[in-house]
Order: sequence, then structure tokens, then C-alpha cells
Amino acid sequence: MSKITQGQKEYLQLVNSLKPKPPYLKNIIMAFLVGGLICLLGQFILNFYVSIGLDIEKEAPSATSATLVFLGSFLTGLGVYDQIGKRAGAGSIVPITGFANSIVAPAMEFKSEGYVFGVAAKMFVVAGPVLVYGITTSALIGLIYYFLKL
Amino acid sequence: MLDYVMAFLVGGLICALGQILMDFTPLNPAHVLVIFVTLGAILSGLGLYQPLVDLAGAGATVPLPGFGHTLVKGVIEEVNKSGALGILTGGLKSAAAGITAAIVFGYIMSLIFNPKPK
Amino acid sequence: MAIKKLGAQTVKFQNPPSIIGTATVVGPVEGKGPLREYFDLILSDFKFQEKSWEKAEKKMLKEAVEMAIKKSGIPSDKIDYFIAGDLLNQIISASFAARELGFPFLGIFGACSTVAEGLGIGAMIIDGGYADHIVVGTSSHFCSAERQFRFPLELGNQRPPTAQRTVTGAGAAVLSNKNQNPRITYVTTGKVIDMGAADPNDMGSAMAPAAVDTIVTHLEDSKLTPEDYDLIVTGDLASVGKDIAQKLLLQRGIDISNKYTDCGLMIYSPEQDVHAGGSGCACAAVVTFGYILNEMQKGKYNRVLLVATGALMNSTVVQQGETIPCIAHAITIENL
Repeated sequence: MSKITQGQKEYLQLVNSLKPKPPYLKNIIMAFLVGGLICLLGQFILNFYVSIGLDIEKEAPSATSATLVFLGSFLTGLGVYDQIGKRAGAGSIVPITGFANSIVAPAMEFKSEGYVFGVAAKMFVVAGPVLVYGITTSALIGLIYYFLKL
Repeated sequence: MLDYVMAFLVGGLICALGQILMDFTPLNPAHVLVIFVTLGAILSGLGLYQPLVDLAGAGATVPLPGFGHTLVKGVIEEVNKSGALGILTGGLKSAAAGITAAIVFGYIMSLIFNPKPK
Repeated sequence: MAIKKLGAQTVKFQNPPSIIGTATVVGPVEGKGPLREYFDLILSDFKFQEKSWEKAEKKMLKEAVEMAIKKSGIPSDKIDYFIAGDLLNQIISASFAARELGFPFLGIFGACSTVAEGLGIGAMIIDGGYADHIVVGTSSHFCSAERQFRFPLELGNQRPPTAQRTVTGAGAAVLSNKNQNPRITYVTTGKVIDMGAADPNDMGSAMAPAAVDTIVTHLEDSKLTPEDYDLIVTGDLASVGKDIAQKLLLQRGIDISNKYTDCGLMIYSPEQDVHAGGSGCACAAVVTFGYILNEMQKGKYNRVLLVATGALMNSTVVQQGETIPCIAHAITIENL
């Protein structure tokens, strides 16, 4: 229905006044703590790679991302990541481990539809948009930078 | 020691901001991720994200805006090095490790494990 | 002249069809809920020894139908129609179960209201003289519904407190023209109501106005009052929708608070992590065929109004920004 009638408007106001709200403060604190801890772990891993001689500009951050992606994938496979996500919300969605979770979860889920149209095709239902917008934005910025530089 | 404290604080704050967007607006997690990666890319293009990375290390690179930053950083580097072609090659070059790891590990995990209902 | 029709939307049966056998199958989580004693079969795993959630759901429905026929004592070649529906696209659980059961099949879709729609159609066919025995069944499965309507199971997302859990289970009942209790005496067919709710994580609020509309119409058409009922039970509004429905009814001057409950609230205990409560085609079916009919046989209730509610959308139209159209069908079940 494209037009909301007066009755619908009043009803939606009633619903809004009655429906239970998420525990805002608890959610934000949990997101802060868990998100912070994942980043802290990232810093440990980064420092470790630097200490074994990887270059801090490129190699160490790349290795850190790959390691965190592995951890996120593995915990998803074990069925642990969704339990963390239930409590941490954005705290485990926003870090790169959440990006890995968003790839593994649909891949596992749609295995019953086969390895091509199931696993491979569904892998990017959530992560695909992130790549599309990230890559497109970066290319646009590159284009602007290229012309500004001329 | 300070790098750990900063990673925790800044990373935590970025995630808390994501939670605020999810709880107080009709945006769902996929929207928040797209907004964050785009925002990271734009801030990086304006030269504002690198200072945050210098300050917080993994606290700025591990959350998704850091992914947008990695893409833009790579594009700009490649444009400097090889001109216009860098617009198309730089982003994925610098984000290759994360993306390839996600695909390969994702595929392997989905072969090994099955989803478990709770 | 439709001699059995009352008012705008209600049918009153001349020879009220009886419910002569019922069966319920539920999943592990429902099997830990407060109604566990009332279910015939509680699964220990979600797959029911099958390869996919969809196959498991079909097997639950088939199992429930076969058990209900067995308990009714009617030989299966005496079943005239199989009326069934479920939540999955093209109601595959129902039609795939029908493929194996081999009865003449009428597939219906009413989302979570399907059980009442099926009982209503079945009762009308029997009282119309077109059949002697009809088996009605519905099913839903948490995992098959999640992947179709929401997210993969292992995705680490958070659910709002208004979200409901799809009941894993199946319920079936054999309707008959035999002269015995309990019987279906009235059917009020609902209209599609859309009050502009668009949040797929808050079905209770979307469906409550449909339940209210059907209850009010039923009372007007049948000239019955809430006092005539021992129990009024809505399908699966769960905690949020139930409060809203009660409030809307009070605004219309109808107080049912002392005999009103909701299947979505009954099937789980508050300690179970199910947010607002249960939903799905199986929710109203297993609560009605498991708990309510059992208690009617014991005489705890003698006249019950079942108002099963359904949200008639899919994920495509939700993404297109459509609001959610909802429906509720009311069935009066009584011991005469």
C-alpha cells in the first residue's frame, strides 16, 4: 500500500508506544566491549607479525586481516560466532571477523542446494554489497584523485 | 602498551556507533556494513582515516571502515605509480589478502561444517 | 440463499463436523516447553534423519497425518480429501507429503492461519455433504523458515525483542461426519487487513488488527458473547501482538482478558530464548491439536474460539517496501 491512511498512522503510533524496545545501553556496552576486544586481538596479531619481520605498512596488516578472517570463519564453522553475535551485536558484525562470518554462514546454510548454486552462489549474499560499495567508492575516489593530480 | 589501549578504545567506539545505528534507526546489519565501508573509503579519500590508523592501529583497520580505507589507500598508491590504470587495479591489490582469505576459508569451512540449529 | 450463513462472514453448521483424531509432532525446543506432555512425538534432532530441513518438515507433516488417521480409527482409503499448507514457497511441505500420502489433495496457504483455514474449509465440505472424512494438516520448521524468510542460522546477528521463533512441528486432525465430540460449530472467515506495519521482525503487531477484526465480526455474526466461551485463543500474536489485540478489543468495548491466551505464548516458557514467542503454521496447530483438544476431551473447556492469524507476505515484497497484509480465521470448537 503506497498511501498510509489516518487509521494506519494512528495504529502505528499505538504499536510504537507499546512495543518493547531493545536494551539500548546494554547493547551499546556489549558492542563496545566485544568490538574493542576483537580489535585488541588484532593489535596483538599485528605486533606479532611485525616482530617476526613483516613490514608494518603492507605485509603485517594483510597477514593480520587474513588471520582474523580465518578465526571468524572457523568460529562460524564451529557454531560459536552466532552465539557471540547474539550478545555483541555490532561488536562482532563490524570487525572483519564479522565480514568472514557473513560469508561462511550462507555458504554453510545453502550447502544443501549444491556446491555451485548453493555454497558458491550464496556466499556473497551479505558480503557482496560490502565489496560492491567499497570497491566502487574506492574507484570513484581514485578517479577524482587522478584528475586532481593532473 | 598504549597501542593496545587505543586499539581497544577506538575499535570499541566504532562498533558502538554501529550498534547505535542498528538499534535507533531502521537500518539492518547489512546496511550498517555498507555504510561503514563506504564511509571509511570517503574519509580515507579526504585524508582523514590515515591519522586514525596512526593513532589506533588495529582499532581502525580491523572494523569495516578500515576495509574501505585499505581499498582507497591501494587505489591512490597505484594511481601514483601507474596512472589511470591504478583506479581499477589498486583497490583489490591492497585488499587481496582479506578477500582471498574470506573466499578460501569460507569455502573450506562450508565443506567441513554444517549449520547447527539452537 | 445460503441457509447456513450468518451475517457477513460466518458459517453455522447444521450437522457440526467432529474432530475424531489428532496428532502432533514437535521439534526439540518445543519438546522442552510447557506443553511437552501433550505432544505425540518429540524429535530429538531438527533433521528427523533427513538430509535437509525441508525434507524433515515434510516428514513431520506426513508422520502427523498418518498418526492422526491411525488414532481416528478410520481406514486410510476412507479419507476423501487431504487439506494442508505450510510456509515454504509453493507450499512444498504439504504437496510433497501429499505425493507420498496419495489422498486427493487441496493445498492452501494462509501463513500461520493455515490450520484454521484448513479446518474451516474441511468442515464446510463435510457439512455440505461432499465428504465423510477429511484430514487437515500443517507444518513449519524453524530452520527452513529462517533460511527462506530471514538469515542463515550461523549469521551472528541480533534479534529484536519483538521477533518470534518459528515453531518446528506439524499437526494433523481428521474431520468426520460422525456424531461425536468435539465439533466445529462456527467458522468465521477473515478479511485481509493491513494496518501499515512493515517490520518483518514484528509480526505480532502486524497481525493483531486482523485478529481483532475477525473476533468482532464473529461475535456480531454469531450473536455469541465472550461469556459464551471458556477460552479464546489467538494463533500466534505472541506477547507483543496479544497485548495490542487486547487493547484494541477493549477500545471496541469487548473485554476478553479473563479467558484470552495466545498459542505463541503457550508453546514456550519465558525462560526459553524465543523473544516474543512462537509463530509458524505449526504453532496454532500443535497447541490446538495437542493441548486444547486434549483438555476439551477432559472437560476443562467446552467451547473454544480459535483465531489463527497469518501474515501474508514474502521477503521479496518486504524488500520492495510493501506493508504486511494479515488475516485471521476463527473456528468455534465445542462439546455439544
